Amino acid sequence: MSVLPFEGFFREVGRFGRILWRVLAWTPRPPYDFRELGRQMVRVGVDSLPVVMLTAMFTGMVMALQTFNVLARFGAERYVGSLVSLSMVRELAAVLSGLVLAGRAGSAMGAELGTMRVTEQIDALEVMATDPVHYLVVPRVWATTIMMPLLVLLADGMGIWGGYLVAVVLMGANPVSHMDNTFRFMEVSDLTSGLIKAAAFGLLIAAIGCQQGLYTRGGAEGVGRATTRSVVLASIAILISDFFLTKLLF
Amino acid sequence: MSPENNIVELRGLRKAFGKKVILDGLDLDVPRGESTVIIGGSGTGKSVLLKHMIGLLRPDAGSVKVDGVELSTLDNRELTRFRSRFGMAFQEGALFDSMTVAKNVAFPLVRLGLGSEKERAKRVEECLALVRLEDAGAKLPSQLSGGMRRRVGFARAIAHRPEVLLFDEPTTGLDPVTKDVIDELIVELKETLGATVVTITHDMESVFKIADWIGMLHGGVIVARAAPGEFRSLTDPRVREFLGRTVGAHQTH
Ligand SMILES: Nc1ncnc2c1ncn2[C@@H]1O[C@H](COP(=O)(O)OP(=O)(O)OP(=O)(O)O)[C@@H](O)[C@H]1O
Ligand SMILES: [Mg+2]
Repeated sequence: MSVLPFEGFFREVGRFGRILWRVLAWTPRPPYDFRELGRQMVRVGVDSLPVVMLTAMFTGMVMALQTFNVLARFGAERYVGSLVSLSMVRELAAVLSGLVLAGRAGSAMGAELGTMRVTEQIDALEVMATDPVHYLVVPRVWATTIMMPLLVLLADGMGIWGGYLVAVVLMGANPVSHMDNTFRFMEVSDLTSGLIKAAAFGLLIAAIGCQQGLYTRGGAEGVGRATTRSVVLASIAILISDFFLTKLLF
Repeated sequence: MSPENNIVELRGLRKAFGKKVILDGLDLDVPRGESTVIIGGSGTGKSVLLKHMIGLLRPDAGSVKVDGVELSTLDNRELTRFRSRFGMAFQEGALFDSMTVAKNVAFPLVRLGLGSEKERAKRVEECLALVRLEDAGAKLPSQLSGGMRRRVGFARAIAHRPEVLLFDEPTTGLDPVTKDVIDELIVELKETLGATVVTITHDMESVFKIADWIGMLHGGVIVARAAPGEFRSLTDPRVREFLGRTVGAHQTH
């Protein structure tokens, strides 16, 4: 499943491009369904919030633990705060939250739209003068694109807090100098680049999940396949695009 | 027949899924304002045929003309406008399971921007009453039986008073009384609203009640098309076999 043949890979990329194009084309057209957008934002946010926070906090804690020992070898342990915060804000919060969201929100979209496809609900939409991309995909894609940066902002905070707990409470670092170092080398661009990545990942997760859902075929088994592929493909897309975004943003 | 008299004209329709050919050069006329019934064995492609009439499936070859317009020449927006003249009830209902029954039936009205909220609510009630489901409005599709879901799908298909109605096995699995209600409704839609109706059904009793024209699908083509009286006396062995089997099966029950 995770190793797609190349032909399949290019077909997926083509479909993804088409979906993205249709989302952009449909977005400015009325009717605007802000209620649905809100509903999807709550769903994406609430679904993923606890896991995102937990992941970020423990990542911050582990990073502090690892780097404290290593940095202590050359007496640089006071920089633990800087290391944890910069890694979280620039890179880890976005990527880890993205992977979590791919597993929760992306798979849910694949499953939901996939079920609608195999039970002919998508056909029913089309018959009733409703474009499925406009009605289903547009709100999901924007909701995820908006919620991801918010979640990542919280994840940044949780990671830094986790690092603080380990460094100060467990390892006995000086709280004032730890906090000072946490923010000392950080620039606004570190924060914004992480949030831009987050938004891009959100877009990828939702568009891939919806695309897999819409192209589902073959009953309940097909829905299962679409769900798995939503997660796998979104995760791959996050990891690959992360490299290029990092190259682009710095 | 001239195109003005046929609302749907299918010519040389061909459709295959992979290597499996379902429709193989099929021709069919659907006269305006009349009731056409499609019969045929399970899996012969009746649902596939119906989906071509509304552009949900595109033929591999051949032409689908609706009101003289070739469907394949329409862009998405024109196709959408075209479809608003249609109502379709799917074989398994295809209800939106995130919405209540009332919201489902109101859906085409909302999307086509018909009426005020109050008028829409009234129309929804009316349509649910027509299919004998006046109390089901607040329920979710998952709380309904298969036959009830199908009837909600029927109500949703007729809600915006479309010119052309496509019903995919609307009475399958219903008790005889409700079946009669739906059959009468189909006749009434045609006679009082002048709607064109295309119905798929396995129930020969219904067929002779509602049909102006009967078309039989077999081997990817319409092998026979005739008015009910004439249809009964056709000598085509495939028709005879189908009539014999289904009527016979009906009598022994
Ligand atoms: N989207 C699809 N992809 C692949 N095969 C399909 C698809 N839709 C239908 N088929 C196949 O086409 C054939 C005809 O299907 P169809 O649903 O039209 O049958 P039907 O005449 O409506 O049968 P029934 O009376 O049981 O509803 C079946 O063999 C089915 O497997
Ligand atoms: Mg069928």
